[in-house]
Amino acid sequence: MKKEVKNEKAKKYGMVIDLDKCTGCGACMVACMSENNVPFKEDESNKLDSIAWMRVYKLTNGKPFPEADICYLPRPCMHCEGHNGHAPCVSVCPATATDYNHETGIVSQIYTRCFGCRYCMVACPYHARYFNWWDPVWPEGMEKYLNPDVSPRMRGVVEKCSFCFHRYQTAMNKAYVEGRRKLEEDEYQTSCAQACPADAITFGDLNDPAHAVHQIAKPDLKHGGRSSNPNAFRLLERLGTNPKVYYLSSREWVRRAGDNYLKKDKTVKKLH
Amino acid sequence: MDSALMSRGVKRCPTWQFILWLCLFGGVLLWGVYAILLIWLKGLNQTNMNDNYGFALWIWADLGVIALGGGAFFTGFLKYVVGKDDLKNIINYAVIIGFICYSSALLILAIDVGQPLRSWFIFWHANVHSMLTEVAFCLSCYFAVLTIEFIPLILENRQIDKVPFFHNLSHNMHKVMAVFAATGAFLSFFHQGSLGGTPSVLFGRPFSYREGLLIWPWTFFLFTWSAAAYGPCFTLFVTRITEKVTKKKLVKQNTIDLLAKISGWMIATYIIAKIIDTWYWATVTAPSKGFAFMDFYSNNPLYGIWILVLEIVVCGIVPAIILLTPKGRNNSVALFIAVTLGCIGVLLNRWVMVLQVVAMPVMTFDKWVMYIPSWQEVATTILPVAYGIIVLMITYRYLPIFPQEQELNPNP
Amino acid sequence: MFPFSFEWVWDMAHLIFMGGLWYALSILGAGMTYCIIKTIIDTNKGKGCHH
Repeated sequence: MKKEVKNEKAKKYGMVIDLDKCTGCGACMVACMSENNVPFKEDESNKLDSIAWMRVYKLTNGKPFPEADICYLPRPCMHCEGHNGHAPCVSVCPATATDYNHETGIVSQIYTRCFGCRYCMVACPYHARYFNWWDPVWPEGMEKYLNPDVSPRMRGVVEKCSFCFHRYQTAMNKAYVEGRRKLEEDEYQTSCAQACPADAITFGDLNDPAHAVHQIAKPDLKHGGRSSNPNAFRLLERLGTNPKVYYLSSREWVRRAGDNYLKKDKTVKKLH
Repeated sequence: MDSALMSRGVKRCPTWQFILWLCLFGGVLLWGVYAILLIWLKGLNQTNMNDNYGFALWIWADLGVIALGGGAFFTGFLKYVVGKDDLKNIINYAVIIGFICYSSALLILAIDVGQPLRSWFIFWHANVHSMLTEVAFCLSCYFAVLTIEFIPLILENRQIDKVPFFHNLSHNMHKVMAVFAATGAFLSFFHQGSLGGTPSVLFGRPFSYREGLLIWPWTFFLFTWSAAAYGPCFTLFVTRITEKVTKKKLVKQNTIDLLAKISGWMIATYIIAKIIDTWYWATVTAPSKGFAFMDFYSNNPLYGIWILVLEIVVCGIVPAIILLTPKGRNNSVALFIAVTLGCIGVLLNRWVMVLQVVAMPVMTFDKWVMYIPSWQEVATTILPVAYGIIVLMITYRYLPIFPQEQELNPNP
Repeated sequence: MFPFSFEWVWDMAHLIFMGGLWYALSILGAGMTYCIIKTIIDTNKGKGCHH
């Protein structure tokens, strides 16, 4: 078996979200919650203590009619690479409960290892990490509908978007059985990407030129993965987090909302 | 009733009065214990922390008591390593205060984690690159040092000292105390520093992020420095309050003067370094991330520029000037104001480095989020104060803490 | 913390960090051991019995 299957080049899974297409319907959030057994409360009105691995933000350009414009921005975990896997959250976890996988580029969270110090949450500028303030309580009968591939989390630990890593494991298992190590693009897709009715979310291997994400995002690996696509940007790129989620927008104000700029600064495409 | 336990030749308040006060602070302590039990049984939903405020009142309290407890390591360092022998008259109290501060910090940490029974993972699965790992290791080790420093003092109790083994143990531990004190200073340097590194390695948080030397951000050194500078202020503050409460002079002025003067020099040099650090951060680091200085201090109901002025000028430059002038040190009111301002200053610094960091939005479409702690958080944060007072009451009553007490207060 | 916990790697970071830790712990342990042994010897010699 070992002889037959050659080791593939490291993958770097990432996402491109077209904000011009996103209607803010929230299907990605729902799909994510049901796929990943994300717990919820009876009253979810306080967004500061409710969990949403994928959260859709509403952005406005702050201008009065007729220039008023809005944009919906879905925000999963950015799976930051930082500098060589030095993601903001990974390096700070005292118990090695979160890890940067150099084979896939996915930032993992080991729920049974996490002891709930929440340092990673403080480290993440995207608020992509959530704490289980309560034990999960499922409406009667719903526990039968939980996804058996994803372990539910207990009170007192941190959780976050995993890029549906269990789907990657399932796809890889299948590929191994079939004597392959390379996955086809459609073999591993996140639930949010599949659920989006507007087809705004594209998911795949940023390192693979055959994948749509690579073709759209055109990551410049020599410059920290920055996109060569003039309409693409990443959130808070200037902080050096090196995220793997790219956003597309033809609107300048949306691209500018993706990062912080001094008044005199231009919306920078090439920083280095 | 309990006079047989007290040192000879010293006067203590009547037993009923002692017990009355013990009950009063014990009540406050029990309130905190009740809150702890609620938190352990029901979870962190008993707090007002949320996903924006992963760190809140407790982490501030932790950083705060550790900074204030810095008097123990620095006084120990000055006495045993540098050789400032005059400080022997205050070192016992500094050690006890340090012990209280560090045990409180460990207790708060035990409540603060979501899965307290897994706390040992931080040791077992240690990520040596995390500042928090270094904090946990050095904090625990240094607490062991403080306990070692505290033990001989307990053994000096009049009744315990009668047992030859304990008498000899106390004597032998005193003889090698310099080794323990030096180890304590080494450990303190690292954990105080790592606490400074904790917010400043967060390159996703431009308010606290700092550049630095090798793996250590500048705040690593600033936190150690400030703990050494302001820790003695807290030792002097508590000593002064103890003198007021007991209506006795307990430490001679020359010792107070020496520690105050050293603290003054430390604060003065620290504040200069802090100003340089703030200046560089405001003009170079933050703008490189797209933030203007005033972005950090506007558009919110609490965190204005006043907080920086209060920390650096009122609680930094002012106490430094008072403590550096002989007139200021010899005037008991001025001295007390200076050490109080010092304590407030270091607590304020720890507050902004924890709370303001998480209050501030980083994404452009995020907003400032304010936070008010729940009563459970407040009760568990007040608990260490009550616990500290009780420990001080008991140790002052039964242990020979102040070597100069008899000389300064001869019995009629 | 120990080389047998499975994350352990013999890299410079682990050597420096854990080296510092075990160095400090050894000093504390050796110091306390010395004190206790010396105390047992002293006590057996009858020292400290003047009280």
